[in-house]
Amino acid sequence: MNPISQSMQKEEKSNSRREFLKKLPVLAVGAAALGGCSPEEIEEYFQQNFKTLSKEEKDEIVKNLEKKYSEKYGKEFTVSDSPATEGILFGYALDLSRCIGCRKCVYACVEENNQSRDPQVHWIQVLQMEKKKGIDLVHADVHYNPEKVPEEGHFYMPVQCQQCRNPQCVSVCPTKATWQDEDGIVVVDYNWCIGCRYCMAACPYGARHFNWGEPNIPDEEINPITHYLGNRPRTKGVVEKCTFCIQRVREGKYPACVEICPTGSRKFGNLLDPDSEIRYILENKRVLVFKEELNTQPKFYYFFGV
Amino acid sequence: MNFLRFLFGCFKIITKGGRVYYSSLFFLLVLIVWGGLGYLDQLQNGLIMTNMRDSVSWGFYIGNFTFLVGVAAAAVMLVIPAYIYDWKPIKEIVIFGEILAICAVIMCLCFIVVDIGNPLRFWHMLPFVGTMNFPYSILSWDFFVLFAYFLLNIVVVTHLLYKQFFKKHYNKSIILPLVLLSIPAAIAIHTVTAFLYNALPARPYWNSALLAPRFLTTAFCSGPAVLILLFQVLRKTTKFEIKDEAIFTIAELMVYAMFIYLFFTISEFFKEFYSNTEHIVYWDYLLWGAEKNKEIAIYSWASIIMGTSAFILFLIPKTRKNLLTLNIGAVLIYFSVYLEKGITLIIPGFTPDTLGQYFFYVPSETEIRTAAMIFSGGALLFTFISKIAIAILFEGFSIDSLEKKAITELKNKPVAL
Ligand code: SF4
Ligand code: SF4
Repeated sequence: MNPISQSMQKEEKSNSRREFLKKLPVLAVGAAALGGCSPEEIEEYFQQNFKTLSKEEKDEIVKNLEKKYSEKYGKEFTVSDSPATEGILFGYALDLSRCIGCRKCVYACVEENNQSRDPQVHWIQVLQMEKKKGIDLVHADVHYNPEKVPEEGHFYMPVQCQQCRNPQCVSVCPTKATWQDEDGIVVVDYNWCIGCRYCMAACPYGARHFNWGEPNIPDEEINPITHYLGNRPRTKGVVEKCTFCIQRVREGKYPACVEICPTGSRKFGNLLDPDSEIRYILENKRVLVFKEELNTQPKFYYFFGV
Repeated sequence: MNFLRFLFGCFKIITKGGRVYYSSLFFLLVLIVWGGLGYLDQLQNGLIMTNMRDSVSWGFYIGNFTFLVGVAAAAVMLVIPAYIYDWKPIKEIVIFGEILAICAVIMCLCFIVVDIGNPLRFWHMLPFVGTMNFPYSILSWDFFVLFAYFLLNIVVVTHLLYKQFFKKHYNKSIILPLVLLSIPAAIAIHTVTAFLYNALPARPYWNSALLAPRFLTTAFCSGPAVLILLFQVLRKTTKFEIKDEAIFTIAELMVYAMFIYLFFTISEFFKEFYSNTEHIVYWDYLLWGAEKNKEIAIYSWASIIMGTSAFILFLIPKTRKNLLTLNIGAVLIYFSVYLEKGITLIIPGFTPDTLGQYFFYVPSETEIRTAAMIFSGGALLFTFISKIAIAILFEGFSIDSLEKKAITELKNKPVAL
């Protein structure tokens, strides 16, 4: 080898060595983390798909999680694993003529469901559309930011998981980490999701969100009333989505977005109960489902109330 | 004992070489380290180090994966013409094609691993230990066919080389069916990979029945392009003999593939632009960009221009039958397909996203470094395996040569002392 290339090689080497030395602590931490895995962490690693577990195993897991989260966030946590109730199929209706685009639902959802603040995750996207164009995605804008809403000549269309009866996201998931429970809610097992994001490519409504980095929520803002398949704290590298506030609706409460909406645009109820408000809307208003041509058959309806 | 000696011999082969060999090894190693340190950042901080976000949730990694599936598939499909036209070194063509396929499949799997958020949970998608979503998820299918294809090629290559090493005849009744089986398997891996995208009604840009046929035709361009170049290098540096005619026939077959690809693309363009539905937005983004964001358009035009030039070079008999212009064409078509699969196939599918919002994605430094790591790792692997194969096939590296050496070493020992 000639001397020039030799000295070049040296320089290259020392360069990469310097960089390598910088990384050394990281490697050491990684190795220590691997070697120093606590038995709980190892057990968690080998935990099976939540759907396939027995009641006892599920109870055990949520008990451990309660302990873990309580220690981590310094407050009493509950993690529920309450299953679907027979005779209930949840449905949602949103009144496009009332929504003013204030995004109160977006932030209520973030707080209720422990979405990461930084990087920011929003399960609800509100689209601003032009009245004269109708529902037209090409001209829709989620980043509208005027002083005051609603803006002249515009209407608003909030979009979240449409809880499809025929969910594409579920069919494509290679690990069965996401599924539709008996009450119609599409959920994700955050401990089973490998983060391949195939479901995000498949969802026609942009309803699935990925934790690109470690989620951050200030300790004092965390909501400690959680469900295993819903708003419990997530880790980086997994997908999450709207669950109709599974932790609330399975206890007989309304989703947070329904409660917060100042215009009463959001309606929620049991599609199997003929006396429910949602059934009243289906019978007496004219409803539409978003992207009906894709045959996803949402349980989330839009209507024009006034 | 024999096996240990074989391994030791292999080790000697891959560590011996000329100056060009050492400097390229060094170059690859530097790239691997540089890329690996970038990947370490991603391991530490998560995929936030990439430029992918919720709107564009797949990017450069998946694009590279798709491209390499094509390389893996086409390398083996070359066996068909080799049979039909009865090229002399058919065994060698099979071996090098399959070595290329093996390395490409390994790189594919690496690109999947770096793309997923929780690589350590990979086992969740396996049958028995995890909950494989078979037959519903095309990703499970893809994993399954890729793995099967990988095994098939490994068995064939190691069997052929192993037998040659021991100076025995390979078992034709096993190898022939396996080689024949690997041809439909090659078609399967690329078709299933196309189905991965093509069956998503949420993404109109991919939701076209022509996607799988287009995949196959581009694969028939990029895979043989690598092999054309490789065969010429082998012919120069080893006893590998392949006639010019065989190379020109490969080139001729590539012209057909290019022509069909062109035809498919024009059909697709015609349908989209003439019907001019709202799905045109993806094609607009592909060709003209949106507002000031023209990065993707630059790549797509580069790909179109390189592809067309290669097509012309390959079409005209004079330039096709001239090794220099032929090689230029091979390089051009290779990069044209690389840009097409790596960048312009995936990204416009997500731009605009399902709610009509634009997020302008270009790969981040981390993504480029990680990809560089995988490509150089793959190249290194390919170099090593090919070097061993060359030694066995052409340089008489065999059990006899090892034994002879052992004897001479024994004889020499007292003298050396
Ligand atoms: S809206 Fe998207 S995430 Fe929700 S069920 Fe349908 S496909 Fe799945
Ligand atoms: S990201 Fe998770 S939930 Fe989505 S398809 Fe992949 S494994 Fe399934």
